[in-house]
Amino acid sequence: MLRPSVLLPLAALVMPFGMTASDKVIFAFRDPVSLAGLLAVLGAAIFVRLSPERPAVEAGVSLLAAVLAAAAPLHLLGKGITLGAHAPGLWVMLAGAALALCRALGILSAGSWTGRKAVVAGLFGAALIYAWEAGVRGFAVPSILLPAPSAIFAVLGPQADLLWADFQQTVLKAVLRGYLMGCLAGFVVAVIADRVPFLARGLLPFGNLISAIPIVGIAPIMVMWFGFDWPSKAAVVVVVTFFPMLVNTLSGLAASDRLQMDLMRSYAAGYWRTLVTLRLPNALPFLFNALKINSTLALIGAIVAEFFGTPVVGMGFRISTEVSRMNLDIVWATILVAAVTGSVIYGVLTLAERTLTAWHPSARGRD
Amino acid sequence: MSADSAPPDAARPPAPVPVIEARGLSLIYPTADKPVIALDAINLTIDAGDFVSLIGPSGCGKTTLLRVIADLEQPTSGTITVEGMTPEAARLRRAYGYVFQAPALLPWRTVERNVTLPLEIFGTPKEDRRRRAAEHLAMVGLTGFERKFPWQLSGGMQQRASIARALAFEPDILLMDEPFGALDEITRDHLNLQLTRLWATTGKTCVFVTHSIAEAVFLSTRIVVMSPRPGRILDVIDCSDLPRDRTLDIRETPEFQRIAARVRQGLKEGHSYDD
Repeated sequence: MLRPSVLLPLAALVMPFGMTASDKVIFAFRDPVSLAGLLAVLGAAIFVRLSPERPAVEAGVSLLAAVLAAAAPLHLLGKGITLGAHAPGLWVMLAGAALALCRALGILSAGSWTGRKAVVAGLFGAALIYAWEAGVRGFAVPSILLPAPSAIFAVLGPQADLLWADFQQTVLKAVLRGYLMGCLAGFVVAVIADRVPFLARGLLPFGNLISAIPIVGIAPIMVMWFGFDWPSKAAVVVVVTFFPMLVNTLSGLAASDRLQMDLMRSYAAGYWRTLVTLRLPNALPFLFNALKINSTLALIGAIVAEFFGTPVVGMGFRISTEVSRMNLDIVWATILVAAVTGSVIYGVLTLAERTLTAWHPSARGRD
Repeated sequence: MSADSAPPDAARPPAPVPVIEARGLSLIYPTADKPVIALDAINLTIDAGDFVSLIGPSGCGKTTLLRVIADLEQPTSGTITVEGMTPEAARLRRAYGYVFQAPALLPWRTVERNVTLPLEIFGTPKEDRRRRAAEHLAMVGLTGFERKFPWQLSGGMQQRASIARALAFEPDILLMDEPFGALDEITRDHLNLQLTRLWATTGKTCVFVTHSIAEAVFLSTRIVVMSPRPGRILDVIDCSDLPRDRTLDIRETPEFQRIAARVRQGLKEGHSYDD
């Protein structure tokens, strides 16, 4: 009976839940929302210990308790009550709520219903964002260090035009064009190097050298060569994406086994025929690998390159200037846009990969 | 070496037409310590409509010989002709279909599109391709599996699909390199039976590499016994005592046992059973 899931809410019952503006310590039983949360966590823990094996009900009760408990700090903050070090009971209760959530997620992910992966991932993500929000606001972390998620979301609307202009400049102009050019060039050179062996031997060590150069080293040079606007950023993206594509394409072209090559030879199929019919399909998993690696490299490359000179627009420019102007919420909003962009590109590539390489042993095992 | 062993079968043409002729064929692989003689002065004639098995222990050059016929390997010396041409010319004329040890099906193509692969490369019209795929898949008993992908098939079915692929463009010669080596014995018996029927109905010239004595005797009109280091021909055994239409039962007959014993004797003389 005396498990952490029960002990934590019991302990929270007799610990302070915050301090009012007039320096009065308050306890859970003085605040209905806190009390409801606390009793829900305690009740859920006891219910789970006593109830028969009914996972769906257990998950539902635990999840409900976690949500009720989560409302308490937001409610107290709204009433102007100071939390932080004055509210040990609240944090202990939230620890109990976290245990309840873990129990619910464990049950949900062990199930076999469709969509459980998305639901579990969504709940987990929401819990993380909530912990960030409650932590930052509860402990009154200065927004210059870390703004609350709600503050970041709040600037998305009013600053939409600004963020959209930055997105256009950095993603649509520099990243997309540089990415396409770099990947295409890496692919074409790999196909040529595959036919001309000395090219591959000469280019690969050179490629390793280039990959070892930090972006901060080449970005200023590209700005000198191609000017302040997007072409210099696209050039940085081309440099960082070219060699991963080259190396992966070369490995992919070597992935056809000897029997398959002999088979094509027995059909008197020429070089191009063999390339298109056999070797490129075999290389597809490698190509997608490079495209995915490059999608993140390209975004990082373009944003960092903008630190070294840019017209007054662009995500890298926004981050560097707004940091010095202490507008951290805009910086974080830009980071959010960058993260979502990267995830969307990666997701689209993964989807395309699953469709096109469903035949590959690595894809067949997926459910 | 085949002129004196013309089978009495009236259905066959009186004078055998040589399809593959090797004279003094040698192939030496240079290696770091000493050269490996994969083939040593091979003389062999294979006639049209023959089913010739190459048998011997690993490393006796039987696969190498098949690959030389297919122009997948170049001889060091000697001459070889395939349908009166060099192997390269024969390959470019698509004279043979090759069945490998592994099915070597392309995993991103359905069974049907694997079978039509050679036809696509040769530029056969689409309707013709589909008709021929259906025909040859039926021949190997894979009707109904056209839309499946190779990994959805058992090993035996995959190898049958690869045979259908080799037959699809109707080559005159079928070269097979231990096609059933990786299969269990029951599947193997079944496929041997199918193969011998296939050969009887199509009348193709078949060259079949194996290291199973029973398989060689069951399928062949002639058996070429080879020995390793260097790869040489020890004996060529005529199997025309066995009927051309064969069932698994003939393996119990005295003729079958006699030929099998002679193959085993040949292998023994070639020190194939030494440690």
